[in-house]
Amino acid sequence: MLKQMEGSRAVAEAVALCRPEVICAYPISPQTHIVEALGEMVKEGSLAPCEFINVESEFAAMSVAIGASAAGARSYTATASQGLLFMAEAVFNASGLGLPIVMTVANRAIGAPINIWNDHSDALSQRDSGWLQLFAETNQEALDLHIQAFRLAEELSLPIMVCMDGFILTHAYERVDMPTQAQVDAYLPRYEPRQVLDPSDPVSIGAMVGPEAFMEVRYLAHAKQMEALQLIPAYAAEFKAVFGRDSGGLTHTYRTEDAETIIVAMGSVLGTIKDTIDEMRQPENGGHKIGVLGITCFRPFPIAAVAAALKHAKRFVVLEKSMAVGLGGILAVNVRMAVTGMGLKGYTVVAGLGGRAITKKSLHALFRQGEQDGLEPVTFLDLDWNVVNKQLEREKAHRRTGPVAEALLRDVGVVGARNY
Amino acid sequence: MDKPFAITLDPGSSLANRTGSWRTFRPEYVDRLPPCNAACPAGENIQGWLFRAESGDYEKAWRALVENNPLPAIMGRVCYHPCEGGCNRQQVDSAVGINSVERFLGDEANKRGWKFDTPAAATGRRVLVVGSGPAGLSAAYQLTRMGHKAVIHEAGPLAGGMMRFGIPKYRLPREVLDAEIKRLLDFGVEIHLQTKVSNVLDAMMDGFDAVFLGVGAHIAKRAYIPAGDANKILDAVAVLRGMEGESAPMLGRKVVVYGGGNTAIDVARTAKRLGAEEAIIVYRRTRDKMPAHDFEVEEALQEGISIKWLSTIKEAGESDIMVEKMALDDKGFPQPTGEFERIEADSVVLALGQDADLSLLENVPGLVVDKGLIQVDAAMMTGHPGVFAGGDMAGNDRTVTVAVGHGKKAARAIDAWLRGEKYAPPPKPEIATVERMNPWYYSDAPKTVRPVLDIIRRQSTFEEVLGGLDETNALFEARRCMSCGNCFECDNCYGVCPDNAVIKRGPGKRFQFNFDYCKGCGICAAECPCGAIRMVPEEN
Amino acid sequence: MSFQPVKFYQTGTFTVGNRLLPPEERSVQASTKRFNSINSGHRACQGCGEALGARYAIDAAMEATDGQIIAANATGCLEVFSTPYPETSWQIPWIHSLFGNAAAVATGIAAALKVKGKKDVRVVAQGGDGGTTDIGFGCLSGMFERNDDVLYICYDNGGYMNTGVQRSSATPAAARTSTTPAVGSDPGNVFGQGKFLPAIALAHDIPYVATATVADLRDLEAKVTRAMEIRGARYIHILVPCPLGWGTAAHDTIRMARLAKETGIFPVFEAEHGEIKSVLAIRHPLPVEEYLKPQKRYAHLFGKNPAVETIARIQALADKNIRKYRLQARKEGH
Repeated sequence: MLKQMEGSRAVAEAVALCRPEVICAYPISPQTHIVEALGEMVKEGSLAPCEFINVESEFAAMSVAIGASAAGARSYTATASQGLLFMAEAVFNASGLGLPIVMTVANRAIGAPINIWNDHSDALSQRDSGWLQLFAETNQEALDLHIQAFRLAEELSLPIMVCMDGFILTHAYERVDMPTQAQVDAYLPRYEPRQVLDPSDPVSIGAMVGPEAFMEVRYLAHAKQMEALQLIPAYAAEFKAVFGRDSGGLTHTYRTEDAETIIVAMGSVLGTIKDTIDEMRQPENGGHKIGVLGITCFRPFPIAAVAAALKHAKRFVVLEKSMAVGLGGILAVNVRMAVTGMGLKGYTVVAGLGGRAITKKSLHALFRQGEQDGLEPVTFLDLDWNVVNKQLEREKAHRRTGPVAEALLRDVGVVGARNY
Repeated sequence: MDKPFAITLDPGSSLANRTGSWRTFRPEYVDRLPPCNAACPAGENIQGWLFRAESGDYEKAWRALVENNPLPAIMGRVCYHPCEGGCNRQQVDSAVGINSVERFLGDEANKRGWKFDTPAAATGRRVLVVGSGPAGLSAAYQLTRMGHKAVIHEAGPLAGGMMRFGIPKYRLPREVLDAEIKRLLDFGVEIHLQTKVSNVLDAMMDGFDAVFLGVGAHIAKRAYIPAGDANKILDAVAVLRGMEGESAPMLGRKVVVYGGGNTAIDVARTAKRLGAEEAIIVYRRTRDKMPAHDFEVEEALQEGISIKWLSTIKEAGESDIMVEKMALDDKGFPQPTGEFERIEADSVVLALGQDADLSLLENVPGLVVDKGLIQVDAAMMTGHPGVFAGGDMAGNDRTVTVAVGHGKKAARAIDAWLRGEKYAPPPKPEIATVERMNPWYYSDAPKTVRPVLDIIRRQSTFEEVLGGLDETNALFEARRCMSCGNCFECDNCYGVCPDNAVIKRGPGKRFQFNFDYCKGCGICAAECPCGAIRMVPEEN
Repeated sequence: MSFQPVKFYQTGTFTVGNRLLPPEERSVQASTKRFNSINSGHRACQGCGEALGARYAIDAAMEATDGQIIAANATGCLEVFSTPYPETSWQIPWIHSLFGNAAAVATGIAAALKVKGKKDVRVVAQGGDGGTTDIGFGCLSGMFERNDDVLYICYDNGGYMNTGVQRSSATPAAARTSTTPAVGSDPGNVFGQGKFLPAIALAHDIPYVATATVADLRDLEAKVTRAMEIRGARYIHILVPCPLGWGTAAHDTIRMARLAKETGIFPVFEAEHGEIKSVLAIRHPLPVEEYLKPQKRYAHLFGKNPAVETIARIQALADKNIRKYRLQARKEGH
């Protein structure tokens, strides 16, 4: 059924259709609307049976989900940014224990400086936590990915983060096609845990493992994720059969057939990139041979699919809302790994951190520069060099320059996002 | 369940890990000697019979008791219970009233007509027992149990020896004495009354393989007191024996008893009961030096007996006596002061100690008598092979309990001797001192007070002064026993082991250690209330 | 002449069992059918109080629920010594997640059981004092205030023993640990720090809070049993001496717990909905020296120049407990 609704609401309704049994909630922007909506459904009784637990921290949220999942309940929670970091220990633990928890990450920057706006720093900080990480491009995809995530997680006994851009998706009102309960029930079987805490068949979960077996345990986690590389496209195909639309999968390509330059990105920015490419491809604009590769599944990283998508291009530009401080990009490093030995030129563009708008105007300029191999290996899109250089000079001159963020704001004179 | 590798494990699988290999000390269950048992001259296994009484099985308790002593109803009245003096419970609250439980069991047996267990098959051996006092009865009983024929020759008209002729009725009712003797007769002990043995070797010729001498100390020691004709000077033995005759001795209104032992007390209290207005004990030393038991002195004082300490009788006149005050020298010996006092007295009873009549032993080769006592070896045998002795004849501890112990020990020795062996008592385990125990676990429970006859009746009748316990409080008293040194199945070791390494074997079967897992921490030993576990170093 | 009525079983209920008691009056630990929730073969040190306390408590919970217990365990000694791959000592469904989240994991389990309608299956969370009073305190407090249907059991041995005896907020004043060494002008742990978590639990007004020691088995079992009769958040804080961390002989574990209670160092009480309902009175009052002296962690208080003032301060703390919780010895009844 087509509905116009906020992204958070769409995700909440999709999650509800998945019949979660335990939901843990701790408020942090921009995921709050999701759990608020779910909480209301539980309280009014439309989502039942389900326990909705207002916990005292994200650490507790993930821990409650761990307990619930280990006791055989389909468990869900949502978080973002600092919240994800605060639960980080439990995030690793959930995957280590093989518990199929589904968690929405409404992607948001990580402080300091504290910032509530979107980028991918939070989710990517947990890229090696052992969770599967799926990135939604649109609200429809966010909704669909949650349905697929429960099935995938429970089949693999691994937890999954469904990542969606904070505010840009979570707070955007868009038309979505909301599946029926019957469709979801047909697609998503009941949760049959691989291991469960049950007095009639006791087990000890969470043993201490020493050097004699630890590597094997870790390798098995890797093997599981490799297995997911087969399952994800298969489940996406099944999804299409039931719901009638393409959603999920490992990667999506757009106009890459003859592309010499391929932009690689994740999340909602793919929309802006596609619009830019459509414009660049117009004959009146020069008919640029440019396309885009969207990464839906970041973990496991679909090396083969990425390599296949890029193999006929001459170059790729990774545009990512994340940053490996002291190196450059995070996504870019992964993509470069996929194309090792293929002789491709590759560029890293760090963009949109902390909610900095990524405009078509900037992308046009960037992509043209890229096509001409005029980019530095690492580019910071729309960086205010004036402000940066001033601060660097200040720091050279004085030992005690005060907090960087405040100094920059003073230089800019207003909230940083204004001019962009 | 397809469990995740290494992370999820099968329940209880740690049994594969034998932590017993960590052990440097190993716990061992032991049976230590309870101090009550150690103190009992009769060698009773007091803890053992109390253990049975604790569960309310009085017959089993009585049967355990009579393995060592056939006279529990008597002993429960007349024993001075050194067991209670040794009792570890004194360090928790007060000693267990062992004596009162013993009496309860003895009385139960009499009331319910319990018989001794059937003796062992007859051996055909015959043993002559001289005297039917506690030593003789005990020896005869034990010999009978072992299958030997025991024949007692008793000089007196009734069986019981000094129990009958030396202990007043108010302490030992005669029906109790008679009942326990009758049980022995029923058991097969043969008693020939008024059969004095005047020559032991001659008597043995009458088909006996051995003899046990258990003659009591019936002969009073005398002291020379210048006396006028009119004053009556009697001896304690005669007075007490007289109480068993047709008419009670005539002592008068004012009676002076000379001496400081239990017999002196007995006589004074007897005199009071016979109607004496005044019964005065004259004793040359102080109360703390008095050989009589404190509780008996106390009871006597309660009954109105007065005691003149530090006094000796210098002479006895027609109706009074002259007493000289004494003073203790720096060594604690009484010395005359030259200070005199006259006390009215219708009679003076000397209670200065007794001797046994040893005339039957004249000309027995090898037999040695020293200071009125027959010398015996560790197996109670005299210098003459086959002649054993015990009780008053063989020691200065002249109590019923000691005599019963002698009788038992001698019987065992005789049994061995009849088989051509030498009796060697089994080695005694170490004593269960309170330091080896953990008395924390015993809940506070003060000793049950026995009912005491009211004072008026005590001064005028020969009714028993000290009452018995009824069943409930006998049970209570039995359960005050801390079972020192002997497992009483409290489950502590089973419960306190952090490694579940103690196996509970079920009621009456105690416990055993599972050395596969016991790490040797020693908590079981530390928390064993009764000290029945000890830690020993592992060999390797 | 009056006699005491006989309801006296030689050792009363101080011992684990007693052949004289009717079976229903014996402790869970006295039974050959006890669950041994934590099995032999665990790797706890010799004389470990926590291994003992855990078996006491969980067996009692198993007995009270007819074997329907799931446990969540914080990281710590108990976890490490019970579940090193490839063997576990636990005979019950058991999960270890993290150091600081046992209470929350238990909440999750309880929620799952509720949603699945498994009313008979009950949840116990357990951890040491570090996992409870320090790193796990947030999750614990959250579990308390939500009144989640979880019994949380803290095995308090007064420090981080698993990591090598460091101070926790449950380490007593003056005690030597690796991070409060017995050096300087005020050797050992600082006075005026630390927290008594049972009092904080009380402040949450949860249905049930109790303290216990491994020296009072019957009391401990009664408290676990009572706790299992109640729904909602419950907390039992059990003192479990640690031979390693306290520097005591392995065989003295129960004795030390007993001394802690008898000196007033550790108050043993029971409370419902924030109100204290009963205390375990001291039987034989003792000065704190009796408790301190056998422990090497207090060795610096004794020796040639005893720290008289410090001992007096510890005595004052014990006296305060005795006043506050009314622990004065009472005459024993039967």
